[in-house]
Amino acid sequence: MINVFEVNETNKMIEQEKLDVRTITMGISLLDCCDSDLEMTKKKIYQKITEYARDLVKVGEEIACDYGIPIVNKRISITPISLVGASCCKTSDDYVALARVLDRAAKEVGVNFIGGYSALVSKGMTRSDELLIRSIPRAMEVTERVCSSVNVGSTKTGLNMDAVRMMGEIVLETAERTKDQDSIGCAKLVVFCNAPDDNPFMAGAFHGVTEADAIINVGVSGPGVVKCALEQIPDADFETLCETIKRTAFKITRVGQLVAQEASRRLGVAFGIIDLSLAPTPAVGDSVADILEAIGLEKVGAPGTTAALALLNDQVKKGGVMASSYVGGLSGAFIPVSEDQGMIDAVATGALTIEKLEAMTCVCSVGLDMIAIPGDTSAASISGIIADEAAIGMVNQKTTAVRVIPVIGKGVGETAQFGGLLGYAPIIPVNRWSCGQFISRKGRIPAPIHSFKN
Amino acid sequence: MEKAVITVVGKDTVGIIAGICTYLAARNVNILDISQTIVKEYFNMMMIVDLSKASQPFGEIVKELSSVGEEIGVAVHCQREEIFTKMHRI
Repeated sequence: MINVFEVNETNKMIEQEKLDVRTITMGISLLDCCDSDLEMTKKKIYQKITEYARDLVKVGEEIACDYGIPIVNKRISITPISLVGASCCKTSDDYVALARVLDRAAKEVGVNFIGGYSALVSKGMTRSDELLIRSIPRAMEVTERVCSSVNVGSTKTGLNMDAVRMMGEIVLETAERTKDQDSIGCAKLVVFCNAPDDNPFMAGAFHGVTEADAIINVGVSGPGVVKCALEQIPDADFETLCETIKRTAFKITRVGQLVAQEASRRLGVAFGIIDLSLAPTPAVGDSVADILEAIGLEKVGAPGTTAALALLNDQVKKGGVMASSYVGGLSGAFIPVSEDQGMIDAVATGALTIEKLEAMTCVCSVGLDMIAIPGDTSAASISGIIADEAAIGMVNQKTTAVRVIPVIGKGVGETAQFGGLLGYAPIIPVNRWSCGQFISRKGRIPAPIHSFKN
Repeated sequence: MEKAVITVVGKDTVGIIAGICTYLAARNVNILDISQTIVKEYFNMMMIVDLSKASQPFGEIVKELSSVGEEIGVAVHCQREEIFTKMHRI
């Protein structure tokens, strides 16, 4: 039988170390909502989402109450809308109309984000993909809860540099359209390489075409728990350090697995995967940067940061894999800047630069995330940042992403405020030398040699 | 069996166990095990209970136990047992 020390340990994790389940995300296929008539498509989408996800928030709250564990977000991911709208959307405005329907459906069922206003263009772009991409800035301006993502490359296909060039412009236009709120529209837009089909985390979640009609994916969290465990062993050797992270990750993930199974059972929807990512929040003590500092860095960004992060990410996976029957999504430590107080402090003091963040993304998921850059950064430079990050993903056969926010009207030394879970971020300097000629080239970067495994 | 773990933490005073147990008896909740310690005047109790014949839904018992605790001046949590067994048992 369970003893009092074990019970106290669990409750201390929840109450003092901010253990929570970050998100229960219901993936819903909208492929059966396709229609040649726009109004009909809108109706079908709204009906399907509100029917399938009707009880999602209620069940999430019940599970949280039963087990005494906070479940922070209840969310929905859907089939990439460029596919769903392909036969009825003749203009970008038609796609924006679908975005409004998604926003309405999300509000109706009470989820805080719905992800999947997306296009998958890793090799080429259809007419409908292009219409969707061109509609993103407007869609991000007029909706509140819709999240958008575009997959511009993969290890198998190489990088679609026409899409990369376009996304630099789209990110900038999205920033411009939401400049009244520190360009917050860009916080809902992710550019991927090797995007996974079953990611439960926003803003990059979508329900891939390889998935079933509906599925429950769960994202766990718990940087605070790992940090507290490591603070107990400041002088331990690497073996003990790794063992401690693994044990802690196991415990965190088991909670996620329990919640996922319960949600799946109560909603009557199949369980998909647990995403093992350590996801920070702006709350003090819930920070991945703090873990790296507990491992032994004075500040994140110091020499040794990449190695410490590689160790952390690997041990979290090793502990987590043992705890769950199915692991998927992004599954790695997240290093968003604005959502992590330790990262914010490191950027503000100058310890952490965008170049070091890029190096860190080589060894963890998911990429350059929630980074505020000067509003006068050129579209070509943003495309260059996207291309660099996508190349890292392509060559290393991993998911990488870019979610940068060019804060219109602000520059280095100022701060962008996003609020809530999105936090705030000091604006980080970007290399001012131009990559314009490189980005203006047309076509694709071919797939790397090691992708030819057949 | 529908097991849950009730934890009670707070400054020691007269009638903590009586208050909680009276409430549980009135809701037809069976107590399977109690362990209790006092560390530096702080009362720390854990109960394992069976709710399969409880007269009220789980969510309401959680809320009411919390307010019973508030009246006595202690923090009371009630959670389904699986969160602990899943985390601490392979």
